[in-house]
Amino acid sequence: MSTHAPVNTVGHEDAHEAHHGHSHGHEASHGSFKSYMTGFVLSVILTAIPFWLVMGEVFENKAVTAGLVMLFAVVQIVVHMIYFLHMNTKSEGGWTMMALIFTLVLIVIALSGSLWVMHHLNTNMMTMTPDMMRNVP
Amino acid sequence: MFNQDISSLVFGRLTLEAFPYHEPILVLTFIGVVLGGIAVVAALTYFKLWGYLWTEWLTSVDHKKIGIMYVILALIMLLRGFADALMMRTQQAIAFNGNEGFLPPHHYDQVFTAHGVIMIFFMAMPFVTGLMNFVVPLQIGARDVSFPFLNNFSFWMTAAGAAIIMISLFVGEFARTGWLAYPPLSGADYSPGVGVDYYIWGLQVAGVGTTLSGINLIATIVKMRAPGMTMMKMPIFTWTSLCTNVLIVASFPILTATLALLSLDRYVGTHFFTNDLGGNPMMYVNLIWIWGHPEVYILILPAFGIFSEIVATFSGKRLFGYASMVYATVVITILSYLVWLHHFFTMGSGASVNAFFGITTMIISIPTGAKIFNWLFTMYRGRIRFEVPMLWTIGFMVTFVIGGMTGVLLAVPPADFVLHNSLFLIAHFHNVIIGGVVFGVMAGVTYWFPKAFGYRLNDFWGKMSFWFWLVGFYFAFMPLYVLGLMGVTRRLSQFEDPSLQIWFIIAAFGAVLIALGIASFIIQLVVSFLQREQLRDLTGDPWNGRTLEWSTSSPPPDYNFAFTPVIHDHDSWYDMKNRGYERPLGGFRPIHMPKNTGTGVILSGLSVAFAFAVIWYIWWLAIVSFIGIIAVSIGHTFNYNRDFYIPADDVIATEGERTRRLSGQA
Repeated sequence: MSTHAPVNTVGHEDAHEAHHGHSHGHEASHGSFKSYMTGFVLSVILTAIPFWLVMGEVFENKAVTAGLVMLFAVVQIVVHMIYFLHMNTKSEGGWTMMALIFTLVLIVIALSGSLWVMHHLNTNMMTMTPDMMRNVP
Repeated sequence: MFNQDISSLVFGRLTLEAFPYHEPILVLTFIGVVLGGIAVVAALTYFKLWGYLWTEWLTSVDHKKIGIMYVILALIMLLRGFADALMMRTQQAIAFNGNEGFLPPHHYDQVFTAHGVIMIFFMAMPFVTGLMNFVVPLQIGARDVSFPFLNNFSFWMTAAGAAIIMISLFVGEFARTGWLAYPPLSGADYSPGVGVDYYIWGLQVAGVGTTLSGINLIATIVKMRAPGMTMMKMPIFTWTSLCTNVLIVASFPILTATLALLSLDRYVGTHFFTNDLGGNPMMYVNLIWIWGHPEVYILILPAFGIFSEIVATFSGKRLFGYASMVYATVVITILSYLVWLHHFFTMGSGASVNAFFGITTMIISIPTGAKIFNWLFTMYRGRIRFEVPMLWTIGFMVTFVIGGMTGVLLAVPPADFVLHNSLFLIAHFHNVIIGGVVFGVMAGVTYWFPKAFGYRLNDFWGKMSFWFWLVGFYFAFMPLYVLGLMGVTRRLSQFEDPSLQIWFIIAAFGAVLIALGIASFIIQLVVSFLQREQLRDLTGDPWNGRTLEWSTSSPPPDYNFAFTPVIHDHDSWYDMKNRGYERPLGGFRPIHMPKNTGTGVILSGLSVAFAFAVIWYIWWLAIVSFIGIIAVSIGHTFNYNRDFYIPADDVIATEGERTRRLSGQA
């Protein structure tokens, strides 16, 4: 469909296909065997470690274990995005990255904001002793 | 007993009692609707328009026709929502000194809920979506949106949501909870009827359409701009549309999730939003406003875009501070996510939280103020033409600044503790929504009407409409500021203090003026249609416009642009005119276009059936219609007959006709 035949008018060009343009020119790479294997091995390792942390009872403190498991989950997400979803800073002219950053910002705002707000509401609006009342945040 | 079982198996909880035949107001309305409906059906049959309607409009995937259908839906819903407003104003004006008025409380509560829901979700949203749909592809030099079928489907889902809300008028009842349906009032214990279920399913069905349309327009703007149109050369309306749709896509899932949790509370007895078993109603308020605040910017940003286009066009100047306008829009997009708590300062989150959200709220007025100054500086030393769209714009600037200032006032938490849920708040948000969004879409309709239909709107009735709206707005809402400061709260159907009555009578008078404004607008449509030959726009550029949509004929051909234009400047059509642009007269090729499909209509009909079934607990129908939805959706993926070519001969004929018109004009 991409017929860029010259047209002798000012400011016009027969641009390719306005509709359902299936141009594969600028799309992200579909990955190679090597990249898929790297991603697979990394995600297996990142899954195995949390299992070991929990089942082997490596740390005394459960909070430390929970925190580490969360951390590995986050790394796991990043690995999936890079190796399986083929996200990088260049694909789609940077729009993918920008959309991701925007999404992250909003999720952080909504989650941390809700936690903050709901914590205050719970503290303030639950039945309180006069002493607690004096020290409301 | 046996009969009852059969009845509930077939009809769920739908009984004869659900039909409000004992309410004279509703019976009369119903008779009116039926007679009107019969008249329309008869007219369509008499003029043999069913086929035309089906093939040219209902199944159309053309973004222009879908945009127009959105606006028609919005206008119909405006009439419904405004009828509610008139009823409330009348009730409040007479319900003094022991007079109970004509609306009993349970009816009054439904009326104010329906008014809010309809005006936001089914008037303002379809209106801005319709304008974006119509204008954006034309402004960026595209032939349609990225996903034309999805666009048709989105429209029909929005229409389905509106239909569900309208059904509640005559079958059962609507929610009596206020437009955001806070639990525990909206929970199963306090609202056992079908009202809240109508609310939930109406919004969920329409929400599908809204979200998908947001995705569609983002993809269109990001991927389908004409060559040369970099981000900073996009028209401002396209920019605000992009930001609006980003907001839609990012915030509507929160609404969907929140309403889904509320449905679980109501249908299966979970306790997300009731205090039993550790639930928390305050969480609902928190979540719904994380969606709700971006929502108001979803409405106002496109209006800002419309005003920017109009100010530049009718001042005959480039928009002052294009880059600052873009940055202000983007900053508002982000900031709109940081202010939601100002809707519930009084819920008890304490000084530090309230201070944070109070300050972020005040900060948001800075980019908005920058926009106002940009418009003023655009007008400064411009050759201003006071056409109707420009009148709306100036009316907006004055009115919106007042609304903005009362907004900053409400952003001060201690002041909000006095004014929360008072009529001051009601006056404030009507001030910004009418003064901003409604004036914006009215300006937009007047501005783009010639592009859509090929003839301008009648000036006289346009001016009548503007002045009635403007004056009516001040009469209707300034008294509410006063009442709010005196401590009158919202959603009251009767009053004790007779000294307040005069203010409500003034407000009711204002509502009558607004009614005349709406009537003038309808008369304007009719008169303009009758005078269409005198008002005909042969050039395609009746206002001496600056952006690409004015480079096409009025109305534009199905394919919008025979050749995709190349862009060098952000006022691209103005730039092309200045550089002595000549229309290409030859070299036309067949144009690849998407084909119409009825799938959207069918899916929407099934969705209405599904929602109705779930609302009334008619489980067999819910199962059947749900399977139908899935089956039709899967079936549609096997439809490979989706596109066609407009033959080169047709393009030559269309473009030749345009050449003839242009030369006839010159």
